[in-house]
Amino acid sequence: MSGGVDSAVAAARAVEAGHEVVGVHLALSRMPGTLRTGSRGCCTIEDSMDAQRAANKLGIPYYVWDFSEKFKAEVVDDFISEYQAGRTPNPCMRCNERIKFAALLEKALSLGFDAVCTGHYATILTGDDGELELHRSNAYAKDQSYVLGVLTAEELKHAYFPIGASASKDDIRREAAERGLSVANKPDSYDICFIPEGDTQDWLNDKLGSTPGEIVDRSGNVLGQHPGSHGYTVGQRKGLNIGKPAADGKPRFVLEIRPITNQVVVGPHDALAVTELAGSRLSWCGSAPKHPSEWFAAEVQVRAHADPVPCQAAVVDGELVMKLDEPLMGVAPGQTAVIYVGTRVLGQTTIDRTVSAVPIEA
Amino acid sequence: MAIYLDYAATVPMPAEVLAAYSNALAVEGNPSSIHSFGQAARQMVEEAREEIALALNADRNEVIFTSGGTEANNLAIKGLFWERNSEATRKKIVSAYTEHHAVIDTIEWLEQHEGAEAIWIPVSEHGEVDFDWFRNYLNEHGDEVALVSLMMANNETGMITELEKYSSLARDFGIPIHSDAVAAFGYLPIDFGKMKLSTMAISAHKVGGPVGVGALLVSRATKITSLQQGGGQERGIRAGTLNAAGVSAFAFAANRTLKNMDQHNAHTAKLLAQIQQSVAAAIPGSRFSRGDEPGLSHTAHFTFDGAKSDSMLFLLDQAQIAASAGSACQAGVARPSHVLIAMGRTEAEANGTLRLTLGDATTQADIDQLLQVLPGIVATARA
Repeated sequence: MSGGVDSAVAAARAVEAGHEVVGVHLALSRMPGTLRTGSRGCCTIEDSMDAQRAANKLGIPYYVWDFSEKFKAEVVDDFISEYQAGRTPNPCMRCNERIKFAALLEKALSLGFDAVCTGHYATILTGDDGELELHRSNAYAKDQSYVLGVLTAEELKHAYFPIGASASKDDIRREAAERGLSVANKPDSYDICFIPEGDTQDWLNDKLGSTPGEIVDRSGNVLGQHPGSHGYTVGQRKGLNIGKPAADGKPRFVLEIRPITNQVVVGPHDALAVTELAGSRLSWCGSAPKHPSEWFAAEVQVRAHADPVPCQAAVVDGELVMKLDEPLMGVAPGQTAVIYVGTRVLGQTTIDRTVSAVPIEA
Repeated sequence: MAIYLDYAATVPMPAEVLAAYSNALAVEGNPSSIHSFGQAARQMVEEAREEIALALNADRNEVIFTSGGTEANNLAIKGLFWERNSEATRKKIVSAYTEHHAVIDTIEWLEQHEGAEAIWIPVSEHGEVDFDWFRNYLNEHGDEVALVSLMMANNETGMITELEKYSSLARDFGIPIHSDAVAAFGYLPIDFGKMKLSTMAISAHKVGGPVGVGALLVSRATKITSLQQGGGQERGIRAGTLNAAGVSAFAFAANRTLKNMDQHNAHTAKLLAQIQQSVAAAIPGSRFSRGDEPGLSHTAHFTFDGAKSDSMLFLLDQAQIAASAGSACQAGVARPSHVLIAMGRTEAEANGTLRLTLGDATTQADIDQLLQVLPGIVATARA
């Protein structure tokens, strides 16, 4: 129970469904800098108290479990090192993969629980083969199946999403109000939870320092200087501060970050388009395809709320390769590609490489 | 029916204390008022003061009522520090890191805001404060020390400090010594005068009185600077309308506890011995935290190698047994015990603590029940 409205209503529905429910709040931070309130390097006290009030209201026991060390090692440090490697990670996904449905689930199972129930918007259905499948939520705008794409078949057996089939977030808020839960109108959280001011670049500068380097075009011509490469993201246009305009007069965008040479590569908008994605860190969500090395039609989604794009996918030499039917703009290595067949989440991979729609000579 | 084994956190108010408290709450008037109502309330306060003074072999004028143990510790440490630095410069505060946060955090606040310098005396693996080190330190730096603060008994491990040894020495150097006696009060005979203490903090709810009431004993010879200004109550040391009913219930509860102390200690000592023996026999990798040091007979504090406190507390709670890990942060996370860290244990060891504290109402059946489930719980919490 995060202290938000979704997990509170999920808990309420789980109680109503007759389960023996225990509320658990994860203490994820010990870094004083991430406190919104409170003292002594603990978690966010306000959220913990909100979760506790909801648990009290539902008449269920409530505990705070400390996963701060694990969270730092598996999520925060991973986030930093991914940026250091010039990639753009998704920490919420890592948290689901390594904390909520790994460390927490493991602890829960060892303490005698059957499942981890969360307030995610996604649906678990039983497929034709009798195996569990993860599907998109009906509340399409809130659908969170993307960040759950890391769940394995075994983890799906112990996952429970009571609000996953809800029509909308408004319904959940209304239900929370009807149930007398004080978090009914609590604002949604958007930011990365361990970056207190919501300023990722500032936070990264603080952690990594900033080393000035070159801004180059794809042919290697030096166009200017940057104050620190992790201040840039693929697709970024503003803040490049290159004095000279491009030869064709068109605006330039960040195409690539090269951590080894500390270079930021820029180029025309067209060059942001990629036609192929591939990654070797892959997992199947539920049962794996029977013949993954044979090309099959799917859809791929590269951000939590991006539109899916049709593609042909196959596992080639241990890499999940996705050939896109139409180009995608500004996809960065480090992002997670989740592949869907219809509403079903089939699997995911962390993108290692992309193929640009525009050859370098262009 | 749930079994309550967390008496060190708070002692459930006995029915007769509750009755005395509600009678006291019916008394109208502000003790500072001149009229008959005020005088009735004042009488109640002063009777309470006398009873508490008598119980501690102190003078009635030495009892300053506060809102609890934390305030009493703050008042003593800040009050002594400021008083001692008003004319001469004595910036050092000598204490130990096994103290309660009400002491440690107050000293660290003085370091951050008032230029104090904390001197933490090393402690042994069982929590004993190193006396030779203390003596050597005072020999070298005695004239720079504002005050010494050492607790009478540790709230986590229950270890008892032989306080007179330290207080006599501090007195020889003319250094005031404060003692946090919150955990000890009600469980040990305390002679405030004989112990040569300058100040001493006690709390009502640890002896079955109401929460939000406590006292600081300030010896006649000791001067302290007050922390709050207002109506000049409590000899100007602690301004604020006196909590007449609260202090009355405090005195009633304290007397009741002290009257039964020997009998109560014998009762808990017997149960504690069973817990210690059973844990030693049935749970490998367990350790009784204070070793063979003298300790409070109602406090059983263990570390279990490889077990996590939060899992043990959860499983005990599910088994209807209320216990503690020693300390938790505001958000409710069991923290690695700073006391055990100070005693030289690793963070992993300090994460595997369990504190069971017994009381009057603890029965043999409660302990039988505990000892039946505990080995399994520790095993699960190690998984």
